Amino acid sequence: MTEVRSRTTTTPAAVLVRGVTQTFTARRGSVTALQAVDLTVAPGEFVSLIGPSGCGKSTLLRIVADLLQPTSGTVEVGGKSARQARLDQDYGIAFQQAGLLDWRTVRANIELPLELHGVDRARRRARAGELLELVGLADFAGHRPPQLSGGMQQRVAIARALAESPGLLLMDEPFGALDEMTREHMQTELVRISGETGAAVVFVTHSIPEAVFLSHRVVVMSPRPGRIAEVVPVSLGERDESTREAPAFYATITQVREALRGRPVPAVEGLVADLEGGQGGQGGQGGQGGQGALGARGAL
Amino acid sequence: MVVVGLALVVLVWEAYKSWGPASGVSVFGTTVLPRTTDAAMPHLSTVARAFTAPEVGGAITFGPTRTVLDSVVSAASHTLGWAAAGFVIGVIVGMLLALVMDRLEVVERAVLPYVVLSQTVPLIALAPLVTKWGQGWSVGGLSWQTWMSVAVIAAYLAFFPVAVGMVRGLKAPTAVHLDYFRCSAAGWWRTLVRLKLPSSVPYLVPSLRLAAAGAVVGTIVAEISTGLDGGIGRLIITYAQQATGDPSRTYAAVAGAAVLGLVAAVLVSLADVALWRFHRAGEAR
Repeated sequence: MTEVRSRTTTTPAAVLVRGVTQTFTARRGSVTALQAVDLTVAPGEFVSLIGPSGCGKSTLLRIVADLLQPTSGTVEVGGKSARQARLDQDYGIAFQQAGLLDWRTVRANIELPLELHGVDRARRRARAGELLELVGLADFAGHRPPQLSGGMQQRVAIARALAESPGLLLMDEPFGALDEMTREHMQTELVRISGETGAAVVFVTHSIPEAVFLSHRVVVMSPRPGRIAEVVPVSLGERDESTREAPAFYATITQVREALRGRPVPAVEGLVADLEGGQGGQGGQGGQGGQGALGARGAL
Repeated sequence: MVVVGLALVVLVWEAYKSWGPASGVSVFGTTVLPRTTDAAMPHLSTVARAFTAPEVGGAITFGPTRTVLDSVVSAASHTLGWAAAGFVIGVIVGMLLALVMDRLEVVERAVLPYVVLSQTVPLIALAPLVTKWGQGWSVGGLSWQTWMSVAVIAAYLAFFPVAVGMVRGLKAPTAVHLDYFRCSAAGWWRTLVRLKLPSSVPYLVPSLRLAAAGAVVGTIVAEISTGLDGGIGRLIITYAQQATGDPSRTYAAVAGAAVLGLVAAVLVSLADVALWRFHRAGEAR
């Protein structure tokens, strides 16, 4: 964390959001999706956006991606305007649906962004080869997306997002449609990949353990109007499978959950109850922790 | 399966001819099934033999004797050529229309109803108009030919399924795909070539099949209504007029027209095969 933050002084922030407000005008009046949001993501930092439906986390991501223009406020990506960053391909993006082109092979899907920007065939092929290795799909280069499982398709989408070696990766619930086992595996993979590529990541999710496991910081958002309620720093050090069993992991999960519920961070007793209650947002039952989990899920 | 289907048709035809009443089947005075006399329903073997018979009626023949088969094949190939011209024009016009409609929603709302309406205009009424418009029209040394009118009329039928199918196809990409292409800073052209056109193939291929059938039907009808000589439409009429004694010849020409339709369908299927990966991607290879 501290190491990551110290770098901000030398290079521009991966994402700099200042006073962003987004209002959607519907037939019946207008809806404020985001109100005065400030967010800074350092280079190489992994930040998750979490919050109930309608809190504007996807809207915020879309604004950073320049898929939406904010009603007011400014957005910079790597020191450039969001629009310029999009045109210069300074970020890669992955959505909940992999959004692959079914008529192209896995390899051709990964090459697509390079092809769109006129990279020559030899370099495209070489880069796709590296990325296939990175996401562990080298054996499936010639397959077509419909022949792959959901998790594999999502890995192709991530490889595609990384094709231009962007300094920033935007991910909108990329593992939302995957089963729990695949999901945990993908999380481990993503931690490794983001570590290897050094890219900053803005990750939208509904899952508290997912946010905690992946992130350096978890940004908790609240709805109506969407704004940042709290930013929870995560200090779990190097992530591996044992991280998921660590007391600090559960402690942070509780912290995020309390932030989502808008209550103060609990004392140690809360942590113990949580350990009994299982992994919180993943459907733990019984006990005080389980209650909390259900409460949080209900809000989601 | 094609052979089985053909065999079934032959069987039904001959069975009805053998056992059906000579005066046909009437319900409340309306004939629902034809008479089975040789003049109305010749044996199919007679029709087959008609192909090899020398053509004597009408045309003055020089040199070696022309058989009916020769005439039918020659006429069908002329018709196929005109239909192909009409098909190509129709597909190009239909695609361009679809592209404009996809690009500008205003145009879609303004034009699409008229595209649909265009197909309710009877072809027979259109033929003399097109011929009239064409008269006196010339570019360079190229003056308007009657076959061009025929091709235009064929195109008039062919463009419709292409325009409608293609508009749907261009709208087939999902929001995620469109978002991805926007994030990749892909402009209109690249999005069209890499995303929209490939996505439209599953909609386009059935449209092309309809357009091919439409072009053939349009050509045959237009030949008759413009009085263009040398095609299969004209041949059917000619044989029908001579048919008082020999109906097998008319059936021979009709069979020729049917085969022509099949050839057109097969040609379009070749396009289908060439484009397989865009619409069979979902199936295992």
